[in-house]
Amino acid sequence: MSRRPLRPLNEMTLTFPALSENERFARLAVSGFLSQLDPNISELSDIKTAVSEAVTNAIVHGYRERSGEVMMQVRIFEDSRICIKIQDKGCGMADVEQAMTPLYTSSPEEERAGLGFTIMETFMEKVRVKSKPDKGTTVILERTVQGKRRL
Amino acid sequence: MTELKTVGGVTAVMLSGDLDHHSAGMMRTDIDREITEKHPRRLVIDFSRVTFMDSSGIGLIMGRYKLMCEQGGEVIVARPPAYIKKVLRLAGVDRLARLTDDISGLIPDENEKEDEKIEQTTPQTT
Repeated sequence: MSRRPLRPLNEMTLTFPALSENERFARLAVSGFLSQLDPNISELSDIKTAVSEAVTNAIVHGYRERSGEVMMQVRIFEDSRICIKIQDKGCGMADVEQAMTPLYTSSPEEERAGLGFTIMETFMEKVRVKSKPDKGTTVILERTVQGKRRL
Repeated sequence: MTELKTVGGVTAVMLSGDLDHHSAGMMRTDIDREITEKHPRRLVIDFSRVTFMDSSGIGLIMGRYKLMCEQGGEVIVARPPAYIKKVLRLAGVDRLARLTDDISGLIPDENEKEDEKIEQTTPQTT
């Protein structure tokens, strides 16, 4: 997609079963890995919230709480640009635009607020979603980390 | 973690730890059991010890708001840290439930007589 192929300065990839217990683990893993950029508290909590939404979506909607694997990749580029990819091989979505509409939820009985993508879009600079029914969903979250020093 | 106490028609809930999809289910069960048993007129949810919250927390508040409305009661969201306020505002929760940083007077003292105290402290609804 991007014009010049950028090589990440550092990266990590995790796979874990689609268990709700792992939502917290995914957040902690991301914040642990990003600690090398010395992010400030506010941006770290923004990133953790966005990651939590994407991972929860994979578990709740992608796999509908059935078994499966969630893949999470975090890459760090020059100028503290980060790219987080969260991928499931679950049921996928036919209508990504509808899923991204604020307050839309496919499972109101679960008390999902329908704000997952809204939060991702508000807390990250760029959100890309690729999805195919029965194939799965990939969410890519991007933003720059300012860090404490530059504030 | 959920700590619950109902005194004089007010149920006070102290949540602690991370509030995500995983923990919200358990918190919801605990709160709803208390509400349906005790029928409080006010539900005060204290967020001061919540270390993380995503949209699952919004679902939790909205669900309890609906339940309390059906019983003719109100929900107060108390002492949310800055990172939680950001999510609350984004979801427009402040338009449904009262947000407050000060819980003094909202929860009646256990030693005081029930029912009398609550009338005095009932906030004006706008």
